[in-house]
Amino acid sequence: MLDKVAEQVKPFDPVIVGFTCNWCSYRAADSAGMARIKYAPNVRLIRLMCSGRWDPQFVLKAFAEGADGVLISGCHPGDCHYLEQNYKTIRRYELLKQTLASLGIEDGRVKLVWASAAEGAILAEEIDHMVAEVRALGPLNWGGNHGA
Amino acid sequence: MIPANSDDVRIGVYVCQCGSNIGSVVDCEGVAAWAGENLPHVAVARENKFMCSSLGQEMIEKDIRELGLNRVVVAACSPHLHEATFRGACQRAGLNPFLFDMVSIREQVSWVNTDKGIATEKAKALISGGVRRVAHNEPLDPITVKIDPNVLVVGGGIAGIQAALEIADAGYHVYLVEREPSLGGHMAQFDKTFPTLDCSACILTPKMFTAGNHKNITLLTYSEVEKVDGYIGNFTVRIRQKARKLNTATCTGCGLCEEKCPKKVIDDVFEAGLGYRKAIYRPFPQAVPKYPVIDTENCTYFQRGTCKVCQKFCPTGAIDFGQEDEVLTVNVGNIILATGFDLFDCRRIPQYGYGRLANVFTSLEFERLSNAAGPTGGKVVLRDGVSVPQTVCIVHCAGSRDRNYNKYCSAICCMQSLKFAHLVKERTGARVYNCYIDIRTPAKAYDEFYQHIIEEGIIFVRGKVAEVTDAVRLAGEEGKLIVQVEDTLVGKQRRIPVDMVILSAGLEPRYDAKEVGKLFGISCSMDGWFIERHPKLDPVATMTDGIFIAGSCQGPKDIPAAVAQGAAAAARVQGLISRREITLEPVRAQVDEAKCSGCRICNTMCPFNAISFRADPTRPGGGVTEINPALCQGCGTCVAACPAGAIRGTHFTDEQIMAQIEGVLLRNPAREHAVEKEAVYA
Ligand SMILES: Cc1cc2nc3c(=O)[nH]c(=O)nc-3n(C[C@H](O)[C@H](O)[C@H](O)COP(=O)(O)OP(=O)(O)OC[C@H]3O[C@@H](n4cnc5c(N)ncnc54)[C@H](O)[C@@H]3O)c2cc1C
Ligand code: SF4
Ligand code: SF4
Repeated sequence: MLDKVAEQVKPFDPVIVGFTCNWCSYRAADSAGMARIKYAPNVRLIRLMCSGRWDPQFVLKAFAEGADGVLISGCHPGDCHYLEQNYKTIRRYELLKQTLASLGIEDGRVKLVWASAAEGAILAEEIDHMVAEVRALGPLNWGGNHGA
Repeated sequence: MIPANSDDVRIGVYVCQCGSNIGSVVDCEGVAAWAGENLPHVAVARENKFMCSSLGQEMIEKDIRELGLNRVVVAACSPHLHEATFRGACQRAGLNPFLFDMVSIREQVSWVNTDKGIATEKAKALISGGVRRVAHNEPLDPITVKIDPNVLVVGGGIAGIQAALEIADAGYHVYLVEREPSLGGHMAQFDKTFPTLDCSACILTPKMFTAGNHKNITLLTYSEVEKVDGYIGNFTVRIRQKARKLNTATCTGCGLCEEKCPKKVIDDVFEAGLGYRKAIYRPFPQAVPKYPVIDTENCTYFQRGTCKVCQKFCPTGAIDFGQEDEVLTVNVGNIILATGFDLFDCRRIPQYGYGRLANVFTSLEFERLSNAAGPTGGKVVLRDGVSVPQTVCIVHCAGSRDRNYNKYCSAICCMQSLKFAHLVKERTGARVYNCYIDIRTPAKAYDEFYQHIIEEGIIFVRGKVAEVTDAVRLAGEEGKLIVQVEDTLVGKQRRIPVDMVILSAGLEPRYDAKEVGKLFGISCSMDGWFIERHPKLDPVATMTDGIFIAGSCQGPKDIPAAVAQGAAAAARVQGLISRREITLEPVRAQVDEAKCSGCRICNTMCPFNAISFRADPTRPGGGVTEINPALCQGCGTCVAACPAGAIRGTHFTDEQIMAQIEGVLLRNPAREHAVEKEAVYA
């Protein structure tokens, strides 16, 4: 009984899936680790070669599987390891936001973040911000509704 | 291949403690036991103190052989550190290395969390993602590419010269590209070099000469790289050689044109603004190559249409006012960047008075002042050109170790300041003060040099200089520069009146380092220096295969360190050349022709021109897309773009990524959804 009460009082802890590119943002996570920067544990990173490989269907999949938010990250525009592919990511991201809006999914649940290999501190900070934002939004429960 | 949903998939999971790096925060034993019980297809799950040790690797190999594992997951440090190690172990046991996956529970878990419970849960989620992904991994064959033995070296300072000579001496061809009209870089501007005080020109000139005349070096000075295409082993580079406005085939380098040219220009580059050069000039007499260039922006003929004095006097008729830039394209297998540093602009510290108070000098100005070949013939004098200073103050760390400018230590300025103290004393007998924050003399024979300078009677004041001013407050300060500094060893403010102040300006990344980095596909650190692949273990390689860095473009360093890096980069390149071919990650896009609708959406996606369209009237879309695996770099952008799902990104297939998403969200078909949630949110 007491346990149940404690459970209710406990703040909601969101789960966020993060997509990183191999060259900048995944290495930013490496740098954050090397610098022992502490940040919110709620993000699970998935490595792609380039943010250009990131596909809007991954976001829908993550939401359907129970994620409360999705972070997309890559090299800064102009710094792409594959020259210019992250500009395509920007375009896809804008399109995705429209799709999500029409599905009634709040804006704050997806976020595009640029972090160079040296910017572990920036990635950590962005993760902290996003976790706080999604926590304020509350659980998404999209998977539950759609029974994926 | 065994399908992922088959019972025949047998995964081995290995959780590394990394000593206490992971083990003290993550319950590795608990995680391994959990993975063994709960994750699909896991045949064995173990933990170990150091998975990367030979014992750890042998454990994997033994399990592959004895337990018939056909997939392996190691949860340890970042794949950027040890992916290659564990792929090797798999390969030795006869398992295709691409059936391995790595999960980072050190950089992403134990080093960034303190709570054991939370860290352990996150580790489980990440491992679950890795296990589900690996079930869909496919065996792949690495791609082999040939290494073109030609090499491009960019930057002809001491680091670039050293690299070029090492490679050329080994028998390979080098294109050495230097932006200025001559080789030499900063070292050519110095008189003496610490710690031995040997003459800079005496040790540099022979190297420049050898590089300029080497049968294996194509020297391209007054040139810049404009475009780089390709990848390791096969780069195509476009170089613009600016027009010197004279014909190097006939010019003998006699220098008569320079002598006769009536147009004097302040030399901001080589003479650091202290001296003049002509509109047709060589930066210095020992320049390599020996040919002058016409600076068209200052040449009277180019500006006003009359003059042509140089042409009149040239004994070989070499002057060619109509000469155009030349653009050449070369193929190389590897590239070394040795573009050096820029000096910190002391005007950015207004309280030090540089640019306002005549007798405040920068370190590079002092190098020219003390140089026997410089504007004063090596006489140390004030800005008026005649007065010899009686008292001189050398200000360390100008712009370095300062929150407002650069936080880092510029590494060379302490030794350079000690060198200056010695030179001033030797040339003028002046009373010399060195104001320092700390004296940093860690290399071989450096501290001995410092002790020697102390014995010469130089006065050391420990304190960061607050201000240099000519506002007189006390008797004896008239006509002097006053250095305001807190002497932290005695704890009192001092005003030191002197005739001359030398600011030991810090080293900064080149003003265009970011653009140059982008051109070659490498990145800069927060401070702006080129980033090496690993700060300790891989100092001259970069994240981009085939691109190496050497010298002070990587960070502040002195000549010995720059030379060592030049040689190191050369050795790395020679190693690659001698292998003749190397293997690349088989991460590529492949079109399934049966699925391609011919919509051509992907056709604009590839910056490497790997995608082409083959017209075929028999097909509904009028044709089909093709991808050239030699040009594809594997970014996967076209894969994500194809609406028909016709493009596969090997090693990053939709199946692998979708499975990983399920995995990190801990969806376990064997358990109820609610139970799952509890595990995630607990
Ligand atoms: C005042 C002063 C005194 C010093 N005294 C000493 C000393 O006594 N002893 C010592 O050991 N060290 C000394 N140093 C340090 C020394 O200058 C450096 O270690 C050394 O110059 C580094 O060589 P480098 O080849 O890396 O760079 P650089 O000397 O800067 O050479 C880089 C070269 O690359 C060229 N370049 C740049 N960009 C491009 C491009 N995009 N394309 C083509 N070419 C390009 C430049 O024109 C230049 O020729 C001193 C430094 C200073 C500032
Ligand atoms: S996007 Fe897909 S379907 Fe369209 S042309 Fe390219 S491969 Fe074919
Ligand atoms: S994966 Fe990237 S590099 Fe390869 S063909 Fe597609 S867009 Fe070009």
